[in-house]
This record gives sequence, C-alpha cells and structure tokens, in this order.
Amino acid sequence: MIRFEHVGKRYDGGYEALQDLSFQLVQGELAFLTGPSGAGKSTLLRLIALLERPSRGHIRVADIDLSRLRRRHIPYLRRRVGMIFQDHRLLHDRTVFDNVALPLIINGIADHREISRRVRAALDKVGLLGREKYYPVTLSGGEQQRVGIARAVVTRPPILLADEPTGNLDPALSGEIMQLFIEFNRVGVTTLIASHDMELVGRLGFRRIGLLDGRLASDLAAGEAA
Amino acid sequence: MKRPTARPSRGAARRGHGGLARLRAGLSAWAIAHGRALVSSLGRLVSMPLSALMTVGVLAISLALPALFLLLLQNVERLSADWDRGASLSVFLDLSVEESRVQSLADELAQSPPVQAATIISPDQALADFRRMAGMDEALDLLDDNPLPAVIVLIPDPGLGAEGLQALGAEVQAADGVDSVRLDLAWVERLQSISDLLRRAVWLIAALLGLTVVLVVGNTIRLAIQNRREEIVIAKLIGATDGFIRRPFLYEGLWYGALGGLTSAVLVGGVRLALDGPASELARLYQTGPILVGPGLGGFGLLCLVGIGLGLTGSWLAVGRHLAAIEPK
Repeated sequence: MIRFEHVGKRYDGGYEALQDLSFQLVQGELAFLTGPSGAGKSTLLRLIALLERPSRGHIRVADIDLSRLRRRHIPYLRRRVGMIFQDHRLLHDRTVFDNVALPLIINGIADHREISRRVRAALDKVGLLGREKYYPVTLSGGEQQRVGIARAVVTRPPILLADEPTGNLDPALSGEIMQLFIEFNRVGVTTLIASHDMELVGRLGFRRIGLLDGRLASDLAAGEAA
Repeated sequence: MKRPTARPSRGAARRGHGGLARLRAGLSAWAIAHGRALVSSLGRLVSMPLSALMTVGVLAISLALPALFLLLLQNVERLSADWDRGASLSVFLDLSVEESRVQSLADELAQSPPVQAATIISPDQALADFRRMAGMDEALDLLDDNPLPAVIVLIPDPGLGAEGLQALGAEVQAADGVDSVRLDLAWVERLQSISDLLRRAVWLIAALLGLTVVLVVGNTIRLAIQNRREEIVIAKLIGATDGFIRRPFLYEGLWYGALGGLTSAVLVGGVRLALDGPASELARLYQTGPILVGPGLGGFGLLCLVGIGLGLTGSWLAVGRHLAAIEPK
C-alpha cells in the first residue's frame, strides 16, 4: 500500500532529512514510525501526502507512482490519505460538526442527510457523539485530537497517517487514542503513526520502523523485542 | 407524519441507470457546490457588515460617478443633436441674378439630396426686414437702389453633421450666380468638439473608476484570503482542489460587485430624481422636450452587470495572485 524505494529528501541548504530509505507497508498493516526528534518522521509522512516531493527515489501509494502524479491530481491522492496532526489543525471558528463535515463537502457530497449521518457515525466512533455543536476551544486536548481523528476517517480513506497524535497528551489519554487507531486498523485501514513515545509503542506490540538521522535504523516486526 | 420520499437514493440511481444518472448526479453535486459557495460567501459578507458596507459604498460611488457622467454626456449629445437641426446655410446670390433665375436655383438646390427645404428671401423682403431693425430706417433712405442681394436659405437634413454641411456649402458655392455662402457652423462645430472632449473625458474617468473597482475588490479579496489562510491550508491538506478553494473568494468578489452595482443604481436613481424637478422647470421655460432622459431599466441593469463583471475581475486577479502561494507546510 505504501512503498518507499531509495527515497532521499534534501532541503535547500544541503540538509539531508531522509537518505536512501526503503520500506513497504502492505494493505491493512499498522506500523509505528519511531525515532528521536529530527530523525525524519514528519518528513516521511509529508512525502506520502505529497506535501513535499522527494529529491531522490520513488514512492508508491495505493498503486500510484507519486513522482508521476501531476499537481492537479494531488488533491485526489490526499482524499485517500487521512492525516492527523499533533496540533489537531482544526478550524476554531467552526463547530465540531462543521470541522468533521469539511472532508465530505470537499469530496462533493451534497446530500445534507448523508453528511449528517456520516459525521455522526465518525463522531460516535471517537466517542464524541453529542458534541457536534461545540467549538473546538471548549474541548480538552484529547477531545480535540479525537475531532481531528473523526475528520480524518469520515471519508473512510484506505490510509491513515498520524504525526505524533499523542504528543501533548498524558499517558492514559495517549493509550485511548492509540486504541482508536488500532480499531480503525482492524477494519482494514493501513495505518502509519509517527511517535517518539517508545514505551507506549513498545507496549502495543505492532511493527516499529525506527529512523535515525534520516536513515532506516531498525524495522521490528510485530511482537519482536527491541 | 412524514411520508417516505419517492426519490431513489443516489446509490440506487447509480446502480440503475449508469452513465446518464451519474452525469446528472455529478451535475447536481456541481450545482450544489456552487450554490453552497454562493450562499456561504454572502454569509461571510453579512457576518462583517460594517467593513462590507464600507467596501460596497466605495464600489457604489466608483460606479455611480461614471454612470452619472455618461448619463450627462448622453443627454448633452441628445440635446445637441436637436440643436444641429437648427443649422442653416445662407446662400447670397450675385446682384445681377434675375428673379426667375433665383426661383429656379432655389428649386434646383431643394432637389439636391442633403437639403430639406430652400426658402427665398427676395431683396425687397430683405430690405423690409432690415428696415424693421432700429436705426436703420433713415440710413436706408439715403440709398437710391436696394443694395441687398437675393438670399436662399437652405435647411439641411437633420442628420447632416458639421462636415456634411461644409461639403454642401462648397458645392453650392460653385453654382452659377452664387456670390457667397454663409454657414452658421461655428457654434455647431464648437458644440460638437465640446461634446467630443466631454465624451473622451467621461470615458477616461469611467475607465479609471472601473479600475478603482477592480483594485478595491482585489484588495478586499486579498485580505479575505490572508484572514482565512489557516482554513485554506487545512482544506488543501484534506484534499480540496484549487477550484474548491478558489470558488468562495470568486463569489465574494461577485457579491461585492453585484451589491456595489445595485447600490450605485440606487444612487444614480436618487440623483436623477433630485434633478427631475429643476430639469422639467428648465424644459418648460425653454419650451423644449424633456431635458434629462434615461438611464432607464436597461441602464440600471447594465450598471449591475458592469459591477458584477468588475468585481469578478478583481477577485479573479487576487485569487490567481495570492492563492497559489498558500501551500500546506
């Protein structure tokens, strides 16, 4: 589902964020992307959603060769990739409902009842049903992150990417958020989660792709000890 | 009680009819997306009424001024066309020309195409007219003979411009027995050049104020884009196309243009109404037809359309310039 072949990313000024990186995620797999800050985790996720293009190598996402994808087709790729951010990236002047409905509207779904039904279903999955009319600022950090997750899954994308989704949360809340991802993965969503919380990630027992200074440092299969 | 609707769901339609149904569903989704952008952009204007009103006010004045100037120009041209009709040619004949020849020449001239009528003023009649003028009576008594020539006054076709009059004058001048031709042209020419000058000035001002509208809308939309930068970034992150992001801003420009055009139409209508009384009083004194005419329903409609066009142009420029620069980081 996601395949990196000798991918390198070099920024202007010569900084090598990623070097000769190759790995593969099969459909329905859940993997954690680990490593210290600056190891290149965010850059890797950004390359998958084509927020940036690699300097070298090839990336295939859902059988699409990203290096051949034209600019005007990028939005359609991003619709198949649900993204979750550490800082939630919610619209603070819109209600929870409107935030979660935005991807549906962008997807051109016009039927009001269908939008309402799917938004409520997504909010139900993350345990926020009944908060539709709230504004994000009135919610706690963990709840805001759940709204972000609901927004990412409301269009039922085949791929979920999460960049430090528990970065600002306490251990109990972090565990709950990770459980949500595991549930989505259970219904077949290919999931890649960047996290520096080695303790939490190790406890969950999924595949861990370790990055260090932009290179692949380790690739531990599910259940394998570090 | 709510009855079940007879309309099949979108999914059923797609399964049932294939291509045509999909096209129809796509079209209706497109129309709904546009309708949504149209309404939401109006909603944004309503949500900040003061700044929206100020912008609309600037646009309305920028549109109303050239519209009023054009209205003025139109009326000046209409009135001067009326006055052109008063222009005439005085053909002074040689003293030696006999009375019968005067008559035949007048008939001949009356036949030529640009001439509507030819009137003869005989030397006797001219002298009688002359006598009536104060102080001339005694002076004329000193003369043995009538020194005045016969005159033929030509009334040209109303459509004939200054140049046509001049050509006619030259033609008549060449005729046998004609001493001189006097064209009462100077004031017609002056009026025409004044209205030429006025026309050019009015269009220049209209162009400048139209540019003002484009720039004001462009700047307003630029600010709107800056204010909603975060929203644009997020929409791009979750797969919004450029068209989706562009649309509400274009419609915002359209609304500004439409509201500006509508308000300017109200302004022009108000000014028209305020001038109506004095204008008809003037018309009564001069015993002419109406002095101020227009702009009529079509003119008001055109004003709104021009507003919409300029508003769209302004927002299009701003969107093209500033939206591409915003990319998710």
